[in-house]
Amino acid sequence: MNLDFIIGILEIILIATTPLVFAAIGELVTEKSGVLNLGVEGMMLVGAVSAFVTLVISGSYFLAFLISIFSGILMSGMFAILVLYLMTNQIATGLALTIFGIGLSSMIGKKYIGTPIDGLSPWFFVLISFVIVFIVSYFFYKTKSGLILRAVGESHNAAHALGYNVIKVRFIAIIFGGSMCALAGSYISICYAPMWQEGMTAERGWIALAIVVFSTWKPERILIGAYIFGGVTILQMNLQALGIRIPGQFFNMAPYVATIIVLIFISSNKLRIKLSAPASLTIPFFKGK
Amino acid sequence: MIRIITFFTTFLFFIFGSAHADPKKVGFIYIGPPGDHGWTYMHDVGRKYMESQLGDSISTTYIENVPENADAVRAIRKLADSGHDLIFTTSFNYMDQTHEVAKDFPDIKFEHATGYIQADNVATYSARFYEGRMIEGHIAGHMTKTNTIGYIASYPIPEVVRGINAFYLAASKVNPDIKMKIIWVFTWYDPGKEADAANTLINQGADIIVQHTDTYAPCQAAQKAGVLAFGQASNQEEFCPDSHLTAIEDIWGPYYAARAKAVVDGTWSSGDTWDGMDKGMVVMSPYNTKLMPASLIQEAVNMEVAIKDGTLHPFTGPIYNQAGEMVVPEGEVAPDGMLLGMNFYVQGIDGEVPQ
Repeated sequence: MNLDFIIGILEIILIATTPLVFAAIGELVTEKSGVLNLGVEGMMLVGAVSAFVTLVISGSYFLAFLISIFSGILMSGMFAILVLYLMTNQIATGLALTIFGIGLSSMIGKKYIGTPIDGLSPWFFVLISFVIVFIVSYFFYKTKSGLILRAVGESHNAAHALGYNVIKVRFIAIIFGGSMCALAGSYISICYAPMWQEGMTAERGWIALAIVVFSTWKPERILIGAYIFGGVTILQMNLQALGIRIPGQFFNMAPYVATIIVLIFISSNKLRIKLSAPASLTIPFFKGK
Repeated sequence: MIRIITFFTTFLFFIFGSAHADPKKVGFIYIGPPGDHGWTYMHDVGRKYMESQLGDSISTTYIENVPENADAVRAIRKLADSGHDLIFTTSFNYMDQTHEVAKDFPDIKFEHATGYIQADNVATYSARFYEGRMIEGHIAGHMTKTNTIGYIASYPIPEVVRGINAFYLAASKVNPDIKMKIIWVFTWYDPGKEADAANTLINQGADIIVQHTDTYAPCQAAQKAGVLAFGQASNQEEFCPDSHLTAIEDIWGPYYAARAKAVVDGTWSSGDTWDGMDKGMVVMSPYNTKLMPASLIQEAVNMEVAIKDGTLHPFTGPIYNQAGEMVVPEGEVAPDGMLLGMNFYVQGIDGEVPQ
């Protein structure tokens, strides 16, 4: 085992895990404001297809990512209007957003399936994913705005009584989440596997949601959760290719099992979970109450 | 007034509608989207071919992205309930679901791809893809420089294991030093994971990537890394022009047209069809002249001819299993029964088939 081989493995892990980090950090910010958006997978797909189609039409990578993020803002904005102003149930609306996103992305992308494009190097985005996690962490714990966002997620009535605009804070948090999910999607269709295929995010949105719980709503732990999942996936592939005999189905389960085991360790301290989980998660806010 | 108009238009519609013979409805269940440029894509090409051949005597529908679980029952039942006469279920793991629904609809004909259990109204059909795997193995044996082949496998079913063995037998014949690295990804369709597997294999020294999954992500990864690859199910050369040696193409159209015709004529009967290159069900994509020497292309073409006329069989003895026991004696070819249930690696392949 030489150094190149190990660096090669690390590279593959970084490339494979980055979309999970983007989607999970976006969802974390949304959830910290007290809103659960289960539409991650749908927003990722719409982000992926809009980036791809824009790239095919315009040939500009910059425009592709811009339009993709814009699509994420639109999708999550729609969700925000429904849950914040029309008080729809967050879980049902989020699921609907995923189903809608799957259908919409298939419709938009129908003509573009199998169009060859030149993929973009992933390394810039890998770097950005780390930077965003640290910015979010700084924002939460070192800035006043971050404190307000967390306050809104903990007790919207108290935050409201203090004069903070709960709806506005949540709207921004939802839109940030949406644009991160779209970024994750566009990374997949432009860098990771440069193509458009229906449903190509292959359930990564749901894994991102699980990673948020795993991280106990702490930004740095998003990295730990995502990299355990991504790392075990790639390591089991390496073990297989090296011909190491391990029972077959284990390969498939390994990333999930590893994630659950760590989750058990983290959640063994109930108080700490309670301290970091946003107390107002999924509870709608009625003004004037 | 509107009521009267509606009544009359409906009335006229029925009169004229019944003047023509009702077109037979043919339904398809797809595991992926028709745009995957792989497995489902080729079934959809077959469906369109059938339409073009039979014209107005049939109408077709499909349901895409049907998971291989209880959802499949619902999807198949939906087609059965909506008056379809012939239903193709196009993935191995729809087997139980197909039979479950078929029991309740004895008048509807079912065709289950790559399956091995028949019923009065359930026929099975498959293609002898392993014939193509043999040619790929032969090419790979000549083309590899690192003597390491990376093979991306989907699920441990006989169809996939057979492909691996056919490939290895041919490759090791021309190059006894060849080593196979196999990754089971346990999915047919996940471009990201397929690319990860390809990159992992390349990182471990493979200079030719073979895949038994549905998208062209592995071929793309090979192109990016500057190694060679075989396309899967359809010609994928446009996505990886500098890597694509050839591909095994699945040609379902003529079979679909013939079976639908049989339903239209009322002559359909259950059975098992397993055709290969001789019937044109398995076709090799154009060999890449930029990458392969002319002599090798000629050898591959000669093999095609020999497979078609029956003088060459990928599983010709002596073949040994990993334990060193002879499973096919010298001078004989493996019987179809063994091929259909193949769940072991032949001697020389490392690792074991996941159970």
